[in-house]
Amino acid sequence: MALATDSNSQPQGMMQSAWRSRLVWSLGSLAVLLVLWEVAALLLQSRVFPGPSAVMATMMVEFSSGALTHHVGATLARVAVSFFLAMLIGSMIGLALGSSAGADRFFDTWLIFFLNLPALVIIILCYVWFGLTETAAITAVAINKIPNVAVTVREGARSLSRDLNEMAVMYRFGWWRTLRHVTLPQLAPFFAAAARSGLALVWKIVLVVELLGRSNGVGHQLHVAFQLFDVPMILAYAVAFIIVVQIIEFGLLQPLDARANRWRR
Amino acid sequence: MSGGGGVHIRVGGKTWPAVGGRPRQPVLGEINLDIEEGSFVILTGPSGCGKSTLLNIVAGLDADYDGTVAFDKADPALTYVFQSPRLLPWRTVQENIALALPEGDPRLARIPELLERVGLSEAADAYPERLSLGMQRRASLARGFVCDPDVLLMDEPFVSLDDPTADGLRRLLMDLWRRRPTTVLFVTHDRNEAVALGTRILRMGGTPATVVSDTEVTLARENRADREAVLVEQRRIFG
Repeated sequence: MALATDSNSQPQGMMQSAWRSRLVWSLGSLAVLLVLWEVAALLLQSRVFPGPSAVMATMMVEFSSGALTHHVGATLARVAVSFFLAMLIGSMIGLALGSSAGADRFFDTWLIFFLNLPALVIIILCYVWFGLTETAAITAVAINKIPNVAVTVREGARSLSRDLNEMAVMYRFGWWRTLRHVTLPQLAPFFAAAARSGLALVWKIVLVVELLGRSNGVGHQLHVAFQLFDVPMILAYAVAFIIVVQIIEFGLLQPLDARANRWRR
Repeated sequence: MSGGGGVHIRVGGKTWPAVGGRPRQPVLGEINLDIEEGSFVILTGPSGCGKSTLLNIVAGLDADYDGTVAFDKADPALTYVFQSPRLLPWRTVQENIALALPEGDPRLARIPELLERVGLSEAADAYPERLSLGMQRRASLARGFVCDPDVLLMDEPFVSLDDPTADGLRRLLMDLWRRRPTTVLFVTHDRNEAVALGTRILRMGGTPATVVSDTEVTLARENRADREAVLVEQRRIFG
């Protein structure tokens, strides 16, 4: 298959150089943003508008005291647990709804109700009902996210190929092989989409949950800093947070995505 | 072949249920067929007459009909070569074929030889969507043969290919079939193909469809490359 390998390696090489030029552009535009920010801070000379150098200094102080690692770690742990729970439960609901027209017709209204319920309402109710506990915090985040996952995975379950399913029946795949080789690969893009949009949502909701009822985590630190009008602190945590999210995006989600799509033409 | 490839079809009728505003639609009438082990049976007839429906009934994919389909063997190995190759796009050619066998099956060791026979050795690790339709069809054919089926069902497996490619695939099918003889039910609307491959030709027609003619192909295998002889035989069978 000389032909196939040729047509394979060329786009990969092109993709690499495209990626490199995108990186150069991103870094360049980031540098311009930082310079503009620093200049604006110098001109304004305000306590509530620190420049990037001041923010960086605060970040280093927080980092060396161990506070930054502690709070970002707590937030990360909440994100991981609630994200995992939401993906698991949401996927099961989505699969059930996508494969049964009756269930779908009945539960569609419920799904719309939960999709439109404001995140803040869910958080407050969870804290009221379950107390200011870790369980309440994680439950609140998961409930916020489950309907989104369910809707996305339901689309995937609806579009499963009947042709491939018949093939699996004829070649006696059995349920486990069918799930592993036929069903899950078809759902992979939908899981990926749910994970992407879901992670972005979970990050933000976890901060609100922490702000309202936890004594650690980035959200809690933002709350404290807000009460003291400590803007460098707020920005230090915000920037640290953005960096962690980007590391997860590039280090974990994008490679997983590329792996799941390697068979595509 | 240790026997067991005979198929006994007793279909009383098959009706599509009413969908939307369309009324119930009878598709198959009474069809009684006994298919001998090792025969290569062609099902032919106008498109939409119910050939594929009958094949799906034999395959067990469609259980909504009146009647029974019985096999000589209690649990026969059935394989189905579909009209579209129906390969898993996220598995390589080799993996697709291996999935037709249970895990740890000794016949897995035969896959390289089989791939060689169908001319896909170099594409063993390629993903199906990177291959031409002809190559995908060859992989699908290999998958149909790898588990030594008692009965092989084929639904227009060579349609929409250019003539040389389709001819090559027919020769390949004959080669595989002669090495591992098996009962074949082959749906086609191509009369040349029917005479080139079959030992028995069933023509279906009417609404609901029944078997309107049932003819043995008497032309010897070695003469089937002869265009004239095939035409004569074709005229005898199809009138």
